[in-house]
Amino acid sequence: MSTPLEAPKKKDPQKRSTVPTLPPLGRSRAALGLTVAAAEGRFALQHCAECGTVQYPPRDACGHCLSCDLVWRDTETGGVVIAETRIHASPDPYFRERLPWRMGTVKLDAGPIALAHLHGDVARGDRVRLALHLDKAAQGVIVALPVERTDAMEDDPLMRSLTAHPRHRRVLITDARAPVTLPLIQALQKAGAAHVFVGEAESWRRWPGRDAIAALENVSIMPLDVTDADSLQSLAGEIGGKTDILVNTARFVRPGGVLGSDTVFARDEMEVNVLGLMRLAQAFGPSMAARTADGANSAAAFVNILSAHALSPDPAFGAFAASQAAARSLSQTLRAEFHQSGLRMMNVYVGPIDDEWHQPLPPPKVAPQALARSIVEGLVEGREEVFCGDVARDLAERWRHDPGILERELTGGGA
Amino acid sequence: MNRRAYDGAVLTAPVTIPYQRYSQETAHWWIARGLRAVLDRAGMSPRELDGFSVSSFSLFPDTPVGLTQHLGLTIRYLDTIPMGGASGVAAARRAARAVQAGDVDVVACVAGDANRIDSFRRLLSSFSRFSMDAVYPYGYGGPNANFALLTDAYMAEYGATREDFGRIAVAQRDNALRYPHALMKKPLTMEQYLAARPVADPVALFDCVMPCAGAEAFLVMREDEAERRGLAFARLDGTIERHNAFPDDPIQLRGGWAMDVDELYAMADCGPDDIDLLQTYDDYPVISMMQMEDLGFCAKGEGPAFVRAHDLTVTGDFPHNTSGGQLSVGQAGAAGGYLGLVEALRQVTGEAGPTQVEGAGRALVSGFGMINYDRGVCSAAAIISGVTS
Repeated sequence: MSTPLEAPKKKDPQKRSTVPTLPPLGRSRAALGLTVAAAEGRFALQHCAECGTVQYPPRDACGHCLSCDLVWRDTETGGVVIAETRIHASPDPYFRERLPWRMGTVKLDAGPIALAHLHGDVARGDRVRLALHLDKAAQGVIVALPVERTDAMEDDPLMRSLTAHPRHRRVLITDARAPVTLPLIQALQKAGAAHVFVGEAESWRRWPGRDAIAALENVSIMPLDVTDADSLQSLAGEIGGKTDILVNTARFVRPGGVLGSDTVFARDEMEVNVLGLMRLAQAFGPSMAARTADGANSAAAFVNILSAHALSPDPAFGAFAASQAAARSLSQTLRAEFHQSGLRMMNVYVGPIDDEWHQPLPPPKVAPQALARSIVEGLVEGREEVFCGDVARDLAERWRHDPGILERELTGGGA
Repeated sequence: MNRRAYDGAVLTAPVTIPYQRYSQETAHWWIARGLRAVLDRAGMSPRELDGFSVSSFSLFPDTPVGLTQHLGLTIRYLDTIPMGGASGVAAARRAARAVQAGDVDVVACVAGDANRIDSFRRLLSSFSRFSMDAVYPYGYGGPNANFALLTDAYMAEYGATREDFGRIAVAQRDNALRYPHALMKKPLTMEQYLAARPVADPVALFDCVMPCAGAEAFLVMREDEAERRGLAFARLDGTIERHNAFPDDPIQLRGGWAMDVDELYAMADCGPDDIDLLQTYDDYPVISMMQMEDLGFCAKGEGPAFVRAHDLTVTGDFPHNTSGGQLSVGQAGAAGGYLGLVEALRQVTGEAGPTQVEGAGRALVSGFGMINYDRGVCSAAAIISGVTS
């Protein structure tokens, strides 16, 4: 079993925060396939389309038949550790700070040999379950895990470095009024979050559900309006240095296409969904990025919730979909900026949520509780691309397969 | 098909440029010194030289092509051997064929590398694509971690102990105390070996080589040319070379030698019992032990018993890595792949001085190189026998 992580002591304000360092970042183009799979929590390796040989390390031609037709496919996760070591000396600054470091040689059931990080509960001779995780450099790495769950396995220092687990972390949820917020607070607290800050815009406006949130322990409602840069700066001044995970639940949505819709609503959608994200990132991003190596409650993830129609629009929500596409694009730039610090940018793609604005739509719709579960699961697993619900998963699958056909299907073609 | 002998081509003029732990000089400087020294030994001017074979990791942005101009060589045979620890044997066997065929008269084979502060770390960081993608992100232990895994698997499979590997390291240090160019000057006891600080379990400090700067060189020429110049020389009785052997072995417990060893002895018309001294590539003791097995001195898995039963020092019954090997002399980059061959040339021509093995007539030299991913890819070996004039 792993040693359960203890709650961190109050930080000494006179002590310098550890400057984040990153593990080796360089990868070949082929190896980026590991990172893509890791971001989604899949274990995928290259398979030869001609002879079926599974390849590792990633390459440009099959090591068995020389075919250049190599395809990334989900791969069986079993393997055996055939050698292990504990590294006591490394010239790399990131690993030097974390010595000794365990790694080993794993013979995969799928065929190839992988050097892998070893979870503390596995050793030479053990059967293991392999997983791809994003490391602090946001690159995919192979981890050998116990086949069966072990006690406190997520508290293993290796796993802490590969995930954004909420345990002992402090979370800011940006919009108290969003239907997902209450179930999200509950799910985060169940996962061990130390404190949850919840943002509230226009606090003079009464709304149902406020009392339920205000009554929760270790939860503080704070003034926050993503359309108001000043309110964000002042809140960041107060809690920016102790925000470890930020979940942006602020969202403005109105139905309607382009021709018949009011640009006032479209402007609000851009203000909240796009520029709101940008303001949030500007207010909280730098202080979070500086605190990614700050012990058990280090900053870990910036979470953004996107409609799956960010990938391809639903004409019934035309301007909203445009705001989601714009927000997705911003998130990708932010991701590149955050990666220099080890802070994770997690996008949670979701289908229609079962809320007032999707009321006339037929099911399947995503219950706020299900969205909350997906967010926490993404943090616990350390993902960067999370697809919540059948609609989002299906849409993403079709989008990966052929974005052109998906567009035509969504805009009225295809039976 | 029987391999054709290397009749008529010989190796001569072994040269070592004394190593330095750190040096501000460049690979060009070290190679120039090696080349100059090897030509001086043969009484040749650079103008007379028509062949050049180079091994180096730190010539960037130059290649050996750039070296021809930098060093003022006008040559008709130019080779570059990027095989790390297998470079010496590979350079010799290629040069010998070219000399034998008349494509070239004299080839100067030179390996040399610089070692400035931090240059080893930078060399590691650009070593290979598989390393970049699939090794460095896992703790960045460098070759120490790779060989720790091989050592761990070998110990588990064959019951070797740390003390067995210690015998190799301790005997080599004993040899190194006789060798004036060794960087390690202090005796090493088994207690010290076993108590050394861990580097990557089960590998500890005295299992690892010390990166340094230096150069090694020798000449390949026709036998009559060597005689005309009054040089002692060695014949190349047999060689083998193999890359990426046994790719289906899940972990490296044997090297390419095991594939080709019969051919090596058949070509040299001798067997392991006829070998007077062995020079293995010793980046880590486990690899030396593997070479003893794979080159037929004992069966697979009997390496531990073999080193317990033999005295591996210069005066022992199984002289091994007589100058101290890389473990005690230092690893001067690609020159590490020449160290064993250059020392063996000195031995079989009676020029080894303080490390001279009595009656050393025939030596086996083996090379091992390039951890591209999880194992050493290149292996090579040569049997040489000396002719003293």
